[in-house]
Amino acid sequence: MSLSSLKKQNNKFADGKVQLEYLSNGIFANGELPTFGRKIMETGQFPLRPKKLEVLQINLGYMCNQVCEHCHVDAGPDRKEIMTKETMLQCLEVIKNTQATTLDFTGGAPEMNPNFRWFVDEASKAGIKDFIVRSNLTIIRSNKKYYDLPDFFKSHNVHVVSSMPHWTRGKTDKQRGSGVFDQSIKALQELNAVGYGMPDSDLKLDLVYNPSGAFLPGDQENMERDFKKALLEDFEIQFHNLFSITNLPVSRFLDYLIASDNYEDYMYSLVEAYNPLAVENVMCTNTISVSWEGWLYDCDFNQMLGLKVASKVKHISDYNEELLNNRNIIISQHCYGCTAGAGSSCQGVVA
Amino acid sequence: MANDNYYDPKDLRKFGNITEWSEELGTKFFDYYGKVFEEGALTAREKSLIALAVSHVVKCPYCIDAYTKDGLQKGITKEEMMEAVHVGAAIESGATLVHGVQMMNKYNKLSM
Repeated sequence: MSLSSLKKQNNKFADGKVQLEYLSNGIFANGELPTFGRKIMETGQFPLRPKKLEVLQINLGYMCNQVCEHCHVDAGPDRKEIMTKETMLQCLEVIKNTQATTLDFTGGAPEMNPNFRWFVDEASKAGIKDFIVRSNLTIIRSNKKYYDLPDFFKSHNVHVVSSMPHWTRGKTDKQRGSGVFDQSIKALQELNAVGYGMPDSDLKLDLVYNPSGAFLPGDQENMERDFKKALLEDFEIQFHNLFSITNLPVSRFLDYLIASDNYEDYMYSLVEAYNPLAVENVMCTNTISVSWEGWLYDCDFNQMLGLKVASKVKHISDYNEELLNNRNIIISQHCYGCTAGAGSSCQGVVA
Repeated sequence: MANDNYYDPKDLRKFGNITEWSEELGTKFFDYYGKVFEEGALTAREKSLIALAVSHVVKCPYCIDAYTKDGLQKGITKEEMMEAVHVGAAIESGATLVHGVQMMNKYNKLSM
C-alpha cells in the first residue's frame, strides 16, 4: 500500500476533471452503459432536486493519520488542507439560522483540525443538538492529545460513526494500513467503556462497512449480524448499527479500479444494481457539503471532484438557504454508487 | 466480434440474453434461479458457499468468477471459500475412489 496521497504522487487522478472525463468516456460514451442522467430520466427523476435540508456536512480538512486504499478524499498525513477558524466562524453564522438540524463532521480525520473541539463547543452553543463525527477510530489512539476524545464526544452526545472494513485483522489492515485493526479494536473498547454503543445507550456508535475491493457490499442486515457476533465473541465490543456503504469510483478507488483492470466490471455491477427507489433518498437530497475552504457542494464526492453547487450561492460566506435549495444537483456516473441495491449513503442503506 | 476463446469473462454479462432466443424457458429459468438463492431454510451465505463448491466441480469459469465475487460481497472469508472448494474436491475424488470398490469386486469375481 502506498503511504502518500495521489496528489503527492502527482497522479493524474488527483485531478477531479481527469476523473470526470474518465467517467464519461469509454463504456458510457459508446453507449454500452447508460449515463446516470439518462438512467434517472427513464423514471422521471431528472433533474435531481434537493428536498428539505437536514444535514450540513462539514469537511474540516483532508489531513488524516491513515492512507486508506479506497479513500475518495485522497486524505493522508501529507495533505495540509485544513479548515481555518475564520471559515468556521462563517459556518457558525449559517448554523444559527439554518433549518438543518444535524452537523456532520468529516475529513480527513476531523479530530485533527486544531479547532475541532472549539468548533463543536460553539456549534453546540448555537443550538445544534445532533452532531455526527466520522471517526477513523485509530486517531483516538494515535497521540496522547486524542486519548480523551471519547469523553469529549460524550460531553456533546456526539454520534460516532466509525469505519471498520472487516472483523478480521487481515482484511482491515490490507485496506487501511498495518496495525489499523488492533488500534481500531482498542478505540472501540474505549468508546464502549464510556458508554458508547452499549445496548439502550443514547451514546450512538455506528460502524461503517465498505468493501475492500472491486465488489459491492452485501445485505446490510446480514453483515451487521456477522460483525456483531464476531466483535462481541472475539473482543467483547458492542455497537448499534452497521452501515454498509458502496465505494464510489472516485479518487483512489477509481485509480485502483483502473489499475487492477476492474473498472468496467465494477461499473457494470453498479448499473445492474441500479435501484430507482434509492434515488429518492440519496444523501445529496437532504445534505449540503462544505469544504475546508467554505465552498458548497451537493455531497462530499462532488467536493472531491471539484463540482461546486449549481447555484448563485457557491460559498458559505454568501449562504442563502432558499436560493441553494432551489438548485439542480450535479450528477455524473459516480452517482451510480449511491443508487446500487438498497442504496447507499453516508447514512448507510437508505431503504 | 472476433473471438478466439471458448470462454470470455465478458460473456457472463450477457447471460441474460439467453431469454432472447427462448423467452419462456429463459425467464422460467431465471425466476427459478433467483428463488433458489433467496434466504430460506439455508442462509444466502450458506447457499453461496455451496454454489462456489459446485462451480468448481462442474468446472464453470463463469460460475467461479460469479460466486467468488458473491462470497466477497457477503463477507465470506478466503479460508471459508477454500474449504468449500475442498468439500467439492473431496466429494469429486471420493466419487472416483468409491468406484475402486467396483474395480475390486470385478477383480475378485474374475479371479480364481
